[in-house]
Amino acid sequence: MSNDLLVLDQVRLDIPAGRDWRTLVENVSLTIAPGEAVGLVGESGSGKSMTARSVLRLAPPGARLSGRIEFDGTPVLDLGPRDLRALRTRRIAMIFQDPRAHINPVRSIGDFLTEAMVTHLSVPAREAHARAVRLLADVGIADGERRMRQHPHELSGGLLQRVMIASVLAVEPDLVLADEPTTALDVTTQSEVMAILDDLRRERGMAMLLITHDLELAAATCDRIAVMYAGRILEVQSAETLVQTPRHPYTTGLMVSRPSIDRVAHRLPVIAGRPVAAFEAGAGCAFQPRCTQAGPECLTGRPPLRELAGAHVACVRAEES
Amino acid sequence: MTEILVRADGLQKVFGKDMVAVDDVSFTVARGQSLAVVGESGSGKTTVARMLLGLETPTGGTISVCGRVRQGRAGSAERRRRAREIQIVFQDPYSSLDPLQHIGDVIETGLALHFPLTATERRTRALELLEAVGLTERHAVMLPRQLSGGQRQRVAIARAIAVEPKVLVLDEAVAALDVSIQAQILNLLADIRERTGISYVFISHDLAVVNQISDTAIVMAAGRVVERGPTAELLRTPQEDYTKALLAAVPRPGWKPRRRTPSPSGSPAGTP
Ligand SMILES: Nc1ncnc2c1ncn2[C@@H]1O[C@H](COP(=O)(O)OP(=O)(O)OP(=O)(O)O)[C@@H](O)[C@H]1O
Ligand SMILES: Nc1ncnc2c1ncn2[C@@H]1O[C@H](COP(=O)(O)OP(=O)(O)OP(=O)(O)O)[C@@H](O)[C@H]1O
Ligand code: SF4
Ligand SMILES: [Mg+2]
Ligand SMILES: [Mg+2]
Repeated sequence: MSNDLLVLDQVRLDIPAGRDWRTLVENVSLTIAPGEAVGLVGESGSGKSMTARSVLRLAPPGARLSGRIEFDGTPVLDLGPRDLRALRTRRIAMIFQDPRAHINPVRSIGDFLTEAMVTHLSVPAREAHARAVRLLADVGIADGERRMRQHPHELSGGLLQRVMIASVLAVEPDLVLADEPTTALDVTTQSEVMAILDDLRRERGMAMLLITHDLELAAATCDRIAVMYAGRILEVQSAETLVQTPRHPYTTGLMVSRPSIDRVAHRLPVIAGRPVAAFEAGAGCAFQPRCTQAGPECLTGRPPLRELAGAHVACVRAEES
Repeated sequence: MTEILVRADGLQKVFGKDMVAVDDVSFTVARGQSLAVVGESGSGKTTVARMLLGLETPTGGTISVCGRVRQGRAGSAERRRRAREIQIVFQDPYSSLDPLQHIGDVIETGLALHFPLTATERRTRALELLEAVGLTERHAVMLPRQLSGGQRQRVAIARAIAVEPKVLVLDEAVAALDVSIQAQILNLLADIRERTGISYVFISHDLAVVNQISDTAIVMAAGRVVERGPTAELLRTPQEDYTKALLAAVPRPGWKPRRRTPSPSGSPAGTP
């Protein structure tokens, strides 16, 4: 039907809480085309990580995952254990904010890099080693032979994140889920890591879902951006048009409340209150308690995503702002 | 003339035998001034902050706060006086709050230590302080874990300003906060400074935040100050390559991520 590599359709994730269920992700619909970079932007607790984990069916134990998730035409929620493992190890890779927590500290960088190739791709050990050194060069680490013998604690956060990216490249996935890959890094290192990801992605035609709370980073590195709040996607637009004409009051609020290196505001325009998780949101529009545009019509049901001048917006008053 | 509250002169800190974390760092902070300290991870910012607070002893150089040179271990009376001169807020307020102490008591404990107030006066003052940082009576009876990260950061700020210090050091105090909460706290800090004339030493690697909150800045690299000046000037017309590189790395409209080294071969200079 569609050419999309990944399709999320009304994806919902609930976790058990006593005798009740708590919604963490609520009716998320999103697509990613082959080779496309999509930014998933939102504040903490909005459900970004849970959305990404849902794609790999890595939800917390006991969770209920519903809706439709299709990867390359295959329904992910119907996959058996064997196919699911293949999906996780060969076709979709994940990069995390804190590489240190995801790389075994007692094993060498070399072991970490070659393991996936040897066990999942049946690459002979010697070849895997040579390939790992080449991959390290690709991510800007020249003295690969030496690095292969080192352990995680001997590498800075920036270097370790590059190792993580190299490990992802080793399996040449079709889709990379990058969950705040640069949040723990300096801006200069962030720039470099993003450039590396960007180059390699283009060269190899990989698609990427970039999870970040930094709208400007997403705008500069992604084709499209989805803005998430309280478990829902409130707005989707091309990166270029989103920063010029944000359609959702929340997106606008995020943009103007962020300080700038070019301007000083006497006081920053703020979004009052705090961000909430899906299960904390009341009836009606989840953003309503913090929204300056809110009216009585905002309290009747969650506004669905609808098309408006090339954008998708979940706000009943989007035309007015 | 503007009164100089903090004077750091030739500060040096060596850890172990030869780990030079801070090297020949000098700056002053005047009353009501907001000084930013920027630089990459590991450049020595926190070490400078810890020396200012007396949490770390300088290997070389001097620090004077409110006209008195800081040296040696302080007795309890001296420590109390110092606490009213300079306070600090860290990035993660969770670790510095007692998990079993109610928020109201957190503030009252600080007040009891420094001011001769009756229990009623103390309670009233604690509520005023919580209100000043946008919290309410409702929060006073809560425990740290019942608050959001942004709310805990407010408590840490309220606790620090409770003793009415002349200087407040903020070490990445807004770094972990959500964009919308960060903006609220930056405004709050601006309000407090306007109202009380407090001085800030604002440590951050976020140049946009620094632009908003400070009037002067020093840029640190590998323990040394590589550039200094009025923040606006420094960000608009940086002189040093290091500052230029920091600025060039900040995402903004039209920005593209760049590798430090143009080709994938060769590890960039300066990485361990
Ligand atoms: N294992 C878990 N069990 C129960 N609730 C969880 C679990 N993990 C996350 N949550 C909750 O689910 C909601 C969404 O979390 P998620 O991690 O997806 O947010 P996020 O958008 O990635 O936030 P952040 O920017 O802080 O990483 C939050 O309210 C969080 O507290
Ligand atoms: N107690 C210590 N013992 C040994 N080395 C230390 C100690 N504290 C800090 N260092 C080292 O001193 C240098 C400066 O550290 P510092 O924490 O001051 O940097 P920073 O600029 O605050 O970095 P960040 O932005 O990551 O917080 C680093 O190389 C650090 O590893
Ligand atoms: S639907 Fe109403 S409350 Fe929600 S964002 Fe739009 S105007 Fe604001
Ligand atoms: Mg997350
Ligand atoms: Mg620090």
